[in-house]
This record gives sequence, C-alpha cells and structure tokens, in this order.
Amino acid sequence: MARPIEIRTAPHLKRPQGVEQIMRNVVYALMPVAMFSVWQFGISALVLIVTTTVVAMLTERLFSQLAGRGNTLGDWSVVITGILLALTLPPGFPLWMAAVAAFVAVALGKALFGGLGFNVMNPALVGRAFVQAAFPVAITTWTPAFAPGRFTGFIPSTLTVPFMKPESVTPWIDSLNIDGFTGATPLAMQKFQQITTSTNDLLFGNVIGSTGEASAILILLGGLYLAFRRMLDWRIPVGVFAGAALVATPLWLMNGELYPSPLFVALSGGLMLGAWFMASDMIASPVTPWGAFLYGALIGVLTVLIRLFGGLAEGVMYAILLANAASPLIASWTQPRVYGETKRQEGGA
Amino acid sequence: MNLLSMIRGHTTFAHGGVHPLEHKKETAGLPIRRLPFASKLVVPLSQHKGAPAKPIVKVGEEVVRGEPIAEADGHVSVPMHAPATGRVVAIDLRPTAEGPKAPAIVIDVYDAASQQILYEEEVDILNLAPSEIVQFVKEAGLVGLGGAAFPSHVKMLPPAGKKIHTLIVNGCECEPYLTCDHRVMLEQTDALLRGIRIAMRATGAGHTLIGVEDNKMDAVRTIRQKLSKNDAIEVRAVEAKYPQGAEKMLIESLLKEQIPEGGLPVDLGLAVYNVGTLAQMGELLPRGRGLIERVVTVSGAGVDRPGNYLVPIGTPVDFLLKVAGVDTDVNKVILGGPMMGMTLASLDVPITKGVSGVVVYAAGDPDQRDRKVYPCIKCSHCVDACPMRLNPSMMAQLAGKREYERMESEFHLNQCFECGCCAYVCPSNIPLTQYFRIAKAINRERPALAS
Repeated sequence: MARPIEIRTAPHLKRPQGVEQIMRNVVYALMPVAMFSVWQFGISALVLIVTTTVVAMLTERLFSQLAGRGNTLGDWSVVITGILLALTLPPGFPLWMAAVAAFVAVALGKALFGGLGFNVMNPALVGRAFVQAAFPVAITTWTPAFAPGRFTGFIPSTLTVPFMKPESVTPWIDSLNIDGFTGATPLAMQKFQQITTSTNDLLFGNVIGSTGEASAILILLGGLYLAFRRMLDWRIPVGVFAGAALVATPLWLMNGELYPSPLFVALSGGLMLGAWFMASDMIASPVTPWGAFLYGALIGVLTVLIRLFGGLAEGVMYAILLANAASPLIASWTQPRVYGETKRQEGGA
Repeated sequence: MNLLSMIRGHTTFAHGGVHPLEHKKETAGLPIRRLPFASKLVVPLSQHKGAPAKPIVKVGEEVVRGEPIAEADGHVSVPMHAPATGRVVAIDLRPTAEGPKAPAIVIDVYDAASQQILYEEEVDILNLAPSEIVQFVKEAGLVGLGGAAFPSHVKMLPPAGKKIHTLIVNGCECEPYLTCDHRVMLEQTDALLRGIRIAMRATGAGHTLIGVEDNKMDAVRTIRQKLSKNDAIEVRAVEAKYPQGAEKMLIESLLKEQIPEGGLPVDLGLAVYNVGTLAQMGELLPRGRGLIERVVTVSGAGVDRPGNYLVPIGTPVDFLLKVAGVDTDVNKVILGGPMMGMTLASLDVPITKGVSGVVVYAAGDPDQRDRKVYPCIKCSHCVDACPMRLNPSMMAQLAGKREYERMESEFHLNQCFECGCCAYVCPSNIPLTQYFRIAKAINRERPALAS
C-alpha cells in the first residue's frame, strides 16, 4: 500500500462557500435591480452600468499588476463595486464622469489600501463622493423614468465629450411632453415642498432618482436572498432601519406636515439600496454581532439627520462613509462576551 | 438553530456551531466486529494525559492477555495491560501519531494462543466504598475514550471543597464519520448503565444526564427503555450540531450553565464521561479486568469495508486498514474525526486508548482539494460560528502581526479548544484554527524562556 502523503492539521473539512461564491451571489442579487433600472431608464442606464463595471475591472487589473498581486479579477469583488457605483449615479450621468468615478472608486477606495479585504470604506461610495464634489450639477440632474424612446436613443447628457460640460437636458425633457415632471426626486419634493410620494410608487419604482435606487421591492428581495444565504449580515440592514425609525418616528409624530413618515424615509432615496448592498459591505463593517447592529443604526440615524436637517436632500452616502470610518472603533467596543466570562467577573467582584 | 430540533424540544448550546456533512450512514448500521490480532502489537507507555506508565515486564518475557505490563506512575497516570498473549520482543522508541517517537512495549502475538483472558476476578463493585472503586478504575487503566484520553479516576476525586452532584454522560459523537459511540450505546447498553451506576457511586453524584445528539434517536430510545421510572439516570436528546460533544457545549446544552473561564466541570459540581468510557467501566470493573481493546470506526471514501471494529490496543493502523480493505490510492489518513483529528505520516503507529476513528480519504477527494487563500473579508462567519464566542477574525489579524500575547490577554485565546468551526466556515480559506494552535504553543513556550 502506498504511504499517505498529505500531512495537514485539523480541521480537514471545509464548507464549500468561498469568497468568489459570495461575491458572485451579490452580483446575482444586484441583477434584478440593474435590469429594472435599464427597463426604467433605457440604454443610457445600460451603458452607464457597463462603463463603470468595465472601468472598475480595468483599474483593478492595472493596480493588482502594479502591486504584484497578479490577476485579482477572479474574486468578483470589483464587479460589485462597478455595478453598485452605476446604480448610485443619475441615469443620464455623462459616461466620462462615470469612468472617472469608477477609476477613483477602485484606485483610491480599494487598491490604495491593499485591495480586497483592506479597504476602509465602501469603494463604490468613495467614487461617488468624489464625483459629487467634482461634478455637483451633473450628479443632481435627474431625468424622467419610462421616457418614450428610451431604448432607441440616449439621454443627451450621457454622451458628453470627455472633459466637457454636459449639455442641458431641459430641452430634451420638454420635448418628451411629460405632465408634471419637475426634475425633483421624492426626497427633494418632500424636503422642500412637503409633497409626499405614494408608498406604491416608491415600492415599485415609479419615481425618479439614481439609476438603481428606484425599486425598493427588488432591492429588498435581492437583500433578503443574500441574508438568507448568510452572504450578508442581516443585523446591518435591520440596524439601519431601526436607527432611521428611531429619529424619524418622533419627529413625524410631532409634526407630520413637515417631517416624513418612517415608511417614506425607509423607501425613498438610496436608503434601501444603501442598507442592503452598501452598508453591508463586509470589509468596511464590524465583525462583532452587536457592532454590526450599532454600525447599521449609526447609518440610519445619520441618514435621517442629514436628510432632515442638512443642506442636502439625501444623506445615505455620507452616513455610510462616516460609519465605515467608525467601524473599527465600534468593533473594538463590542467584543462578544466569551463563553464562561461572566462567571469570572462575578468571582472577581 | 435547527427548526426541527427546536420543535422537538432538543436543546443546544447558545452560540455558534456548524453542520458539516455527517457521513455517518456508511457505518451507523453496522454492528461492531472483532478485529483479528496483528502479529505484532505496539503498546505505547503514554496513551493518556499525564505521566507515562512504567513497564513491569522485561524483553523476552511471556505475557498473557489482560495481564498488567506497565504500572501507573503517580496519580495522573494509568497502567497498561497486555492486549494479547505473546512475548515481549522490545521496549523501545516507536512512532506515534503526534510525531516524535515515544517508548512502547512491543509484543509478538502467539499465533496459536486462544486469546482467552485469564486475568479476571469477580468484584462486587457497587458494594465497595467510593475510594475503592476509584482505585479499581485506575487499575483498569481507564481513560477518556472520546479522544481526550484523560485518566478517568482523576475526575472522580473532586478537589477539596468541591462536590460532584451530577454526572454528565457524553453520547453526542458530533464528529462526522464516527459512529463507534452510537454502536456502543445500541449494543452495550447494559454495560453503559452499569458503568454509569459505578461512576455515580464513586463520585457521589445523585443524578445523571446522558446527552445524545438527535441524529441517534434509536440510541436514545434503547437507553430509555432500560431505565425505570424516577430513575436517577435521565437521557436527553440534544440538537445534532458540531461541536455538541465538546464538554463545555454539552453542559451548556443540558444545563444552560457555562464552565467559568479557566475552570473545570467540577466547578459546577459536574463530572463528564464519554459513553464508551463508561461502557468499558461497566464491562471491566465487575470482572477485575483492564482496558485492552476499544471500538474504532473505520470510514471514508478510501475504505472498502467501513465499519466499527473492536480493536486490540496497540494494533498498527496499517493492519487495521488492510482488514478494512483500504485500497492503494490513499492520500490522507486521519486518526480521530475530520474536524479535530490528526493526519498520519506513518501507518506504523498503533491504535491507542484515545483513538475513536480512522478516516481515510482517497486521492482526488473534492473535500480535500487545495483552495486559494484570500485576505480576510470580515464576513463575520467565524465570529458567528465560534461556540466559545471568540473573535477569530480579530485574533487572526493579531496572529499575522505576531501579537500572540495580546491574543491571550485581550481576546481569550486560551478559551479556544480548536474545534475548527472558524476555519471550516472561512470563505477566504484562512487556516484560523491552525494559527491559534501555533499561537497557543508559542505562548506556552514563553514563560519557560523567561524563567
């Protein structure tokens, strides 16, 4: 009989779920959201998603080569960054600006820290924060959903020549003859005019806004799928909504005219997408169970505070980036109580 | 938590645990079979925790099956008995599973010997004083057969000021592949219950809880049938979840209590014994015999005739595998279960008292393929899986920076009992358990260096 050759130490078994599989499943979970956005906004949304994804992948490939890490595309994590980034941008966002955002997301948000596993903040949001500062007009230019001819022509601003200012979309929107289009998102309408959009419209994406944040229900389904497969820590979205409700509910009860209902807060803007797909970025969130919940709650609280009392209509992005930065601290405060520890402390007291 | 177990009221430990594929069907239905005697048996003098035994036979001497051949050296030590009739041909260093060679008594087995056990005297064990029973347990060479191999008599004597009120009997057998305890519970039920009553008398425990994983309900029923109403012995099903059979987990599952950090079950008034150990106790003590054989599960994809074999202590693994029909294309042989067992470098090592199974993987087994290691993605799966509620992710980061002392002082490294759950779930394939094993070893060396 041949001698056994493999000498290893226990455990000798391994659950099959690996990094690639987790990342790939996040991509799958994002697919319905991405496809709905294409249905909603047409080929402009499609090329936007493709652009950010391809640029993100090329950037990852370039920097992993420079860092001597070989080809790291196989872990699929950069694909998530690319798709997520596009979903947070306005559908008519100029492609060249989207490419800049994708480059910054991967280069500054991820590669600079050492690649997968080392990024301090969610890379997609780093990219978005950069273009929010660099192109404040383009990133708040909203175009109508379900515009006629969206599958045959681009939104005019999409194909802006690189390094040029995008042309105004107003003549194009006027030419569509859509009744009552104001160019304001549900959040902006609520904040500045106290007009509340119906829950149904929010759930099923009959609203304008960023490319992928429209359909709360598809985001929820994708997120639940991941949570069910334990590829996402359910405590984070739960914490986000708990934190948001904690601030929004008393305000709404005090003055329902001025402040939105907690349900509106949860369904509008980027909170749904942020809670399920961006706050839950494993790498930039705490590993401890209570830490994950507190981190989520911090995001919820900050989002509502920024939305209601800040200068911006939307606050999810900054809330998540801030919580990302606080994540190591939160983790160190919330170390789980080890088996048998209580007894020892009682004995010592 | 397993919903079905919850509905049936089967308790479990509060946090963590994993569900690897059980692979128990291959052997669970097969009755225990006696293994033939190998021509040479190697009986290591240290098969247990504590001081090695001292030989009392000489090279060239003839020994009879069951006769003591080595005596205990101190309190935490046990004697050895001849597993077969034959002649002592050597007392020297032999390979062990752990790596370094260690002293062992080698016996050439007589081909024609009847192998009848001649050493035996009837003992009315239950009418002896507890201290006398403890002495008999020690003389029988009994150690924990679940794998820990801790001398059984030591656990019967609580330190001053402590009392044992409840006996916890471990019939969980949570390691994949292993079914020897399952078979023992089914086939040696009377011996098991006799052993429990002996241990209760010796420890002074007034109550016994037998914990059995709910994937062995036939064993639960078999034991329950033999118990009277209002029996001091109670059998309870607990959820089948690895590592249910770790004593800390089983105690939490049954009693909702935790052993204090750095403490022992006796701090809670408990003594924990494996079902195999107690079955041997019930079998051997009334006859005044010593431990010379044990049930070993042989299983895995590389085995033609998997099953549960009654193996004489000292049988070389090589011989056992030949009988079990292991083909030539073997790539890994594990002593114990796949979650905590160790791989063998040499098949010359003998089966010792603590070996519960031999798991063999054939070359190309998908479970054993190489996997790429990624950086930690902080998914928290390890934190969720750790039954001791440690933070493996954080400790691995510290291990990477070689801050082994901080792992111990701030993150309770020594509470890790290396169950392997963290490394099992890690999607980045980081060898977490292995890191912690190394860190603990280095921390153990440190005070020695300082002094």
